[in-house]
Amino acid sequence: MKPAPFAYHRPGDLADALDRLAELNGQGEEVKVLAGGQSLIPMMNFRLARPAHLVDIGHLRDRAKLSGLRPDGAALRIGALTTHHEVERARLPEGYEALNRAMRWIGHLPIRTRGTVGGSLVHGDATAEWCLLALAFDARIVAESPAGRREILAQDMFHGFYETEVEPGEIVTEIILPAPAPYAALTEFAQRRGDFAIVGVGVRLDVDPSGMLSSARVALGGVAPAPVRSADAEAVLTGSVPSDALFAECGKAAAANVSPPDDVHGSRHYRRRLTHALVQAACAQAWKRSKENP
Amino acid sequence: MSEPKFHGRSGTWVGASVRRREDPRLLTGQGRFVDDIHLPGMLHAQFVRTAIAHAAITGIDLSATLRVPGVVAAFTAADLAVGDIVAALERPAEEFALTAMPVLARDRVRFAGEPVAIVIATDPYAAEDGVDAADVDYNAETAVTGLSHALADGAPLVHTEARANTFLDVTMFATDGIDAIFDGADCVVQVRTHSGRQNALPLETRGVVASWDARDDQLLVQTCSQVPHQVRTVTAACLGVQERTVRVTVPDMGGGFGIKCVVGREEIAVSAAALRLRRPVKWIEDRRDALTASFLAREQDYTARAAFSAEGRILALDVDVVCDMGAYSCYPFTAGIEPLMATAEMPGVYRVPAYRARGRAIATNKAPTAPYRGVSRPQYVMTMERLMERAARELGFDPVQIRRQNVITSFPYSGINGVTYDRGSYRESLDLAEQILLDEGWYGYRADAAAAGRAVGIGYCCFNERTGYGSESFAKRRMTVVPGFDISEVRMDLTGAVVVTSGTINHGQSHETTMAQLVADRLGIDIAAVKLRQGDTERIPYGWGTFASRSITVGGSAVAMAATRLGEKLCLIGAHLLGTEPDNTRLDGAGGVAACDDPARRIPYEEIADVAYLRSHLLPKGTDPTLTATAVFDGVGDGTFSNASHAVVVECHHGTGAVEILRYVCVEDCGVVINPQVVDGQCRGGIAQGIAGALFEEITYDDLGQPTGGSFIDYKVPTACEIPDISVTHLQTPSELTESGAKGAGEGGTIGAPAAVLNAINDALRSTGTELDRTPVHPQDVLAAFQRSDVPA
Repeated sequence: MKPAPFAYHRPGDLADALDRLAELNGQGEEVKVLAGGQSLIPMMNFRLARPAHLVDIGHLRDRAKLSGLRPDGAALRIGALTTHHEVERARLPEGYEALNRAMRWIGHLPIRTRGTVGGSLVHGDATAEWCLLALAFDARIVAESPAGRREILAQDMFHGFYETEVEPGEIVTEIILPAPAPYAALTEFAQRRGDFAIVGVGVRLDVDPSGMLSSARVALGGVAPAPVRSADAEAVLTGSVPSDALFAECGKAAAANVSPPDDVHGSRHYRRRLTHALVQAACAQAWKRSKENP
Repeated sequence: MSEPKFHGRSGTWVGASVRRREDPRLLTGQGRFVDDIHLPGMLHAQFVRTAIAHAAITGIDLSATLRVPGVVAAFTAADLAVGDIVAALERPAEEFALTAMPVLARDRVRFAGEPVAIVIATDPYAAEDGVDAADVDYNAETAVTGLSHALADGAPLVHTEARANTFLDVTMFATDGIDAIFDGADCVVQVRTHSGRQNALPLETRGVVASWDARDDQLLVQTCSQVPHQVRTVTAACLGVQERTVRVTVPDMGGGFGIKCVVGREEIAVSAAALRLRRPVKWIEDRRDALTASFLAREQDYTARAAFSAEGRILALDVDVVCDMGAYSCYPFTAGIEPLMATAEMPGVYRVPAYRARGRAIATNKAPTAPYRGVSRPQYVMTMERLMERAARELGFDPVQIRRQNVITSFPYSGINGVTYDRGSYRESLDLAEQILLDEGWYGYRADAAAAGRAVGIGYCCFNERTGYGSESFAKRRMTVVPGFDISEVRMDLTGAVVVTSGTINHGQSHETTMAQLVADRLGIDIAAVKLRQGDTERIPYGWGTFASRSITVGGSAVAMAATRLGEKLCLIGAHLLGTEPDNTRLDGAGGVAACDDPARRIPYEEIADVAYLRSHLLPKGTDPTLTATAVFDGVGDGTFSNASHAVVVECHHGTGAVEILRYVCVEDCGVVINPQVVDGQCRGGIAQGIAGALFEEITYDDLGQPTGGSFIDYKVPTACEIPDISVTHLQTPSELTESGAKGAGEGGTIGAPAAVLNAINDALRSTGTELDRTPVHPQDVLAAFQRSDVPA
């Protein structure tokens, strides 16, 4: 469990890092950006990942630009190098409290103190909490390259098994959550605290003044190679008045349209049942917030 | 025989929760484990392991390996040319098949992960690069990955020597007329249980540093083993050298749980490499190899029937035990250890008048197994306790009541299995466990939960455990290598401080504390004046190490006897110096010898030592100089039986199928408790491992023989978050068969937990009509049970 040989690069600033990436990619080398390393390093130790080069962006002189939480009007911008633990402990603007609560599902404390928001999004694990949050919040992921800067919509971000929209020459610098989501929740199930979720669910409910759901997001992890939204589940919610019965129906709809994997952590059938139960629970938790924060 | 000067059953130290003497160094990073050992010029080894479970090796090319920067050497079986590891039973060929485990695979590989070559490099990274570069050609064959496959007609053979893939097939007991009893019984219940393949999972993986010492003319093997003397014997035999040229030492050790009480092949390969290269070589098993390619444990199937009278009395027990031992038979116990344990011990705490037991050890293309903490007892106890629960349901009895009617209450009891059980508190522990749940209101809680649609269940387990096996009881297993005795040497120095040796090995059990408590009481000195030494074949008399809960029962008895003998010598010299008769002296409990008729006349140990070492001309005639004593203890008769009852409350959650343990009560009896805190720790740690087996841990194999569980993502060892608070209550029925009155306390927790948890889950699921008889119970099994009972949507 020692990694295969690799070259380690520690660029001075972001521009330097992007140049280094471009240079190495131009040479056809396999390069990985190190941004916390809580998934990448174990995979390298198992020799499941064998990048020839690691570009460590944890020591950039201008890393402050890539770190921390900044309200921007109604939006919240989170630097890519912000750790999960910083989010867990942050005093968040009103309507973003779900982020605090969601962080406790991410691994264990040591992982949360090193793992980063950007690292998690680019890794794109199907059960990663940040991926579910990005989908639930309609986030925009900012990627930079020598060619410039672009924003990736969360719904376009996740392509497949550890595959994302981010190009090899790009570095994700921040994630933008465009609007508060006072009725949002993330929940998941695993047999042990801190494990990868067998199924994870992120939910956002948008409630109009009449008490009806004007729109909703239901993001599912662990049911497909990449994190996904459930259009059927969202359709059940949209235009309806929240109730336990509605949430149960939503859970059923979410479970009906997934074809989850079958492995030692749970059968396909079990994951469907979990999807049902967890979507229902996440909806109820999100809705309960409306009573706590009227 | 004279009265014992200090009997140690209750003393200043025995019975007190003395703080662990090993903790200050371990908690401040001053422990020394194998991986902390660094020698000048040390090289690092890793193994080329087959990814294919069953194949003939058609070629090994290590030329690319040898070109990797940093790689110093690489050896195959042919290069090393060392002997095989062979463990035998004295049983006829129709009962036992003799097979061998080569140190490195020679012609064939028999499980995924089996070592094929050893790579030696200047650092561990280069060693793995070298492993990566190795090129081995295989001719793959069908892998035998399960019991039914192994036993099927025409199944491929794992070993040509083991016909029908059977290492061992014995019918241990068959009471005359047992079939008639079943035919005529009011009630016959049957159960088929299965327990998953587990890893004992010591925190410290296996490892070794081997180095040649020209001055000592010795190979020094520093390794984390529970059995250093046996490692020496096998190492010398495999290398074909005199035993005196091999010295095995054991530094601090982070657990073993049985997988380190067998001799591993990697240690031998590393020793052979160090001998050849004449340079120190270190191997630290990485976690992936530890999880899949080390010794595994537990996978067993039971088909059991029990006949009961209408009054709830068990009339007969009939069991067929089939153990999936994996690819090799382990040294010294052989693959027979699990079925032999199960069949010999299964009646347990119950009065069983008729018994038939067949036990088989089966070879498969999986990692081999070793006797993990509990050794078949978690499995047969689970089976026995499922039979009890099933009979209770069938006959309409309360589950505790039916146990109460069948437990042994008069001692000594001669069992149908030919075993004599010494006194225990079977009935008392069960009554107390039930009373605790009653007092805490859990029966009401269960009823209220049921009314609210929640699934809460209560489960019990009542069991005993033979500890302190001596050579006489081990001989009944008919191994060619029969463990049993232990030797202790005690030496007092000029300051009155004592060094005591034991052939046992402390790998977390607090021996440095508990053995010192025994000695301190026997000699009436402060525990701080006692130092225990273990784990060095050069300095410690021949011993059998630590397994089978033998440390305190056998090793501790030898230690206590040696200390008593030293006390006698102190009295002999003290009497002479005081001018009185030895019979008129006693140890005064304050570090001196006093006259019985005038305790004011005393002489401190330091003054006795002064004479014994520095002025030996003043010794009484015929007394040897120095203050040393030696004692040998061998387990007596059938050994001494610990016992316990566990009571568990669980809730099974609708929605996720999660099993939550709401309450865990353990009432245990290990005789005289030498250190309550230590026994509490043994119970809790054991129960945690038992819960792991009941709910979390399992290594499965696919049809090609590929193991799952190569990391802690897949191999779900529970953490402190998943293990509930566990209350431990001690009953103390002193053993007549050990020096201190203690019985073994090492394994009980692990034995009782799977049965108690499984029974509680089945109680919680009682309205579903489903009964679960396989461990680990997964959330999806619970959810499926709920679903089967749901009204179809």
